[in-house]
Amino acid sequence: MATAAEHQTARSEPGVTGTDAASTAAYESAFDAAVAADERIEPRDWMPDAYRASLVRQIAQHAHSEIIGMQPEANWITRAPSLRRKAILMAKVQDEAGHGLYLYSAAETLGTGRDELLDKLHSGRQKYSSIFNYPTLTWADVGAIGWLVDGAAITNQVPLCRCSYGPYARAMVRICKEESFHQRQGYESLLALSRGTEAQHAMAQDAVNRWWWPSLMMFGPPDDESSHSEQSMIWKIKRHSNDELRQRFVDICVPQAESLGLTLPDPDLSWNEERGHHDFGPIDWTEFWAVLKGNGPCNEQRITQRKSAHDEGAWVREAAAAFAAKHGEAKA
Amino acid sequence: MTAPVSTTATAAAIALGDDALVLSHRLGEWAGHAPVLEEDVALANIALDLLGQARILLSMAGDEDELAYLREERAFRNVQLVEQPNGDFAHTIARQLYFSTYQSLLYGQLAGGDGAFAPLAAKAVKEVAYHQDHAEQWTLRLGDGTAESHERMQRGIDALWRFTGEMFRPVEGLGDSDGVNWEALREGWTESVTAVIEKATLTVPSGPQEGAWTAGAGRQGLHTESFGRMLAEMQHLHRSHPGASW
Repeated sequence: MATAAEHQTARSEPGVTGTDAASTAAYESAFDAAVAADERIEPRDWMPDAYRASLVRQIAQHAHSEIIGMQPEANWITRAPSLRRKAILMAKVQDEAGHGLYLYSAAETLGTGRDELLDKLHSGRQKYSSIFNYPTLTWADVGAIGWLVDGAAITNQVPLCRCSYGPYARAMVRICKEESFHQRQGYESLLALSRGTEAQHAMAQDAVNRWWWPSLMMFGPPDDESSHSEQSMIWKIKRHSNDELRQRFVDICVPQAESLGLTLPDPDLSWNEERGHHDFGPIDWTEFWAVLKGNGPCNEQRITQRKSAHDEGAWVREAAAAFAAKHGEAKA
Repeated sequence: MTAPVSTTATAAAIALGDDALVLSHRLGEWAGHAPVLEEDVALANIALDLLGQARILLSMAGDEDELAYLREERAFRNVQLVEQPNGDFAHTIARQLYFSTYQSLLYGQLAGGDGAFAPLAAKAVKEVAYHQDHAEQWTLRLGDGTAESHERMQRGIDALWRFTGEMFRPVEGLGDSDGVNWEALREGWTESVTAVIEKATLTVPSGPQEGAWTAGAGRQGLHTESFGRMLAEMQHLHRSHPGASW
């Protein structure tokens, strides 16, 4: 079995070019062996084109989700009901912009650029998580997003800390730490509402009712309809199937909902002794595909805002570039 | 309700706290709208620093949430400069340049005094130095960038000039022990802002720094029209649930 060191050697051997079939085969087997041995693939290593493309798609979509995901929460910054909650929310939205930056950098190590990725987001050629197409209608939605949406994201992302691609795995380690913090704050905010006045409790329950099913959809289509899953698992980009992670999330949330004093909006939810898991009701996949295809409640609004921020900021970016050119400053 | 202004230091805590609270709120409106992701981070970071300062200052005067959410606009004591709407990015940067230069000099003086504000100022002055640097760098980039950015930056600098004079009127409640020299503050501010504006190839506005209405008005609780709307948005949820905790 080749080690990462040998793999590196194969990559950097003088006179060998990737165009000749024999050396391509050698690269491929070194790559496969490195992945099989749980070694990290690094930016300068040879990798199959499809692996590169798959990672660019996934990391870009992840980065886009962070920056589109700022909108539903930023919607409440100016209305946060206490200065403490306002500070927490501002810090969270700031972290999300930071996560977007880490992830665009990780994607750039694969030979693409942030401008190109943003262009694909703005033109709809790359997607972001379907969850951010739902509106934040009350303050409790901010707590529900922290608890459920960040909770689902963490369940999805913790295994990515062991992803085969080094820069992505390292970005995920940093991101998961911050996300866990946000998730606890979201839970704590919902708890305050749940234990607060009757109106606050009702607000919290209503938010959980609206965010529960969309959160389950964050794990993606069922395993038999997930087009990228199988290859991603072979490449160790992905470690667990969509349905497996979704089940894990449900099992985590049920006792948390109980201690919050809130119910989950699923009459079929029950403990299955034999499986050692909670059974849960059917997901409305028609809604999922509709949102994914652009017909959710806020798809249009989210992209329009993102594009207008970008377009209205064009003169600022141009100014920074012109100034840098004049003064030899690094591009802002 | 009216703020519990019982001592002179309380009046100053409210004035300085309101400056930070209101500017923080305005910067919070930028979240998700900035021209580059780095600025989404930077503006949120500055807003968060200011909110932290506001919380400490308002807590010196009473309950921070009662003061922020249950006073009406006539009871707010912030300078009118910080309540001005964001406008375009250049307008926001001009407001940042004027205010962060003021805050940097004022907190620098307070940090050197023996008064109640010295400990807060000693911590905040480090944050404010960053805010000032950020504003200065962007004033240079926009002023000396493209023709369009130059024009926009000049417009921002000009439009907000008439609100700058209010910052140099002594704040009620800051006494001799606080170590503030208002004349030196005005001179230092003028020197610093003039140098940045000129380096940015822009023209220092020649109009008055305050008019009949803006003369010390914010500090007296007389604000501009957009401020009431800003407070309506900020206070709505809190006021809808009297007595609730969050």
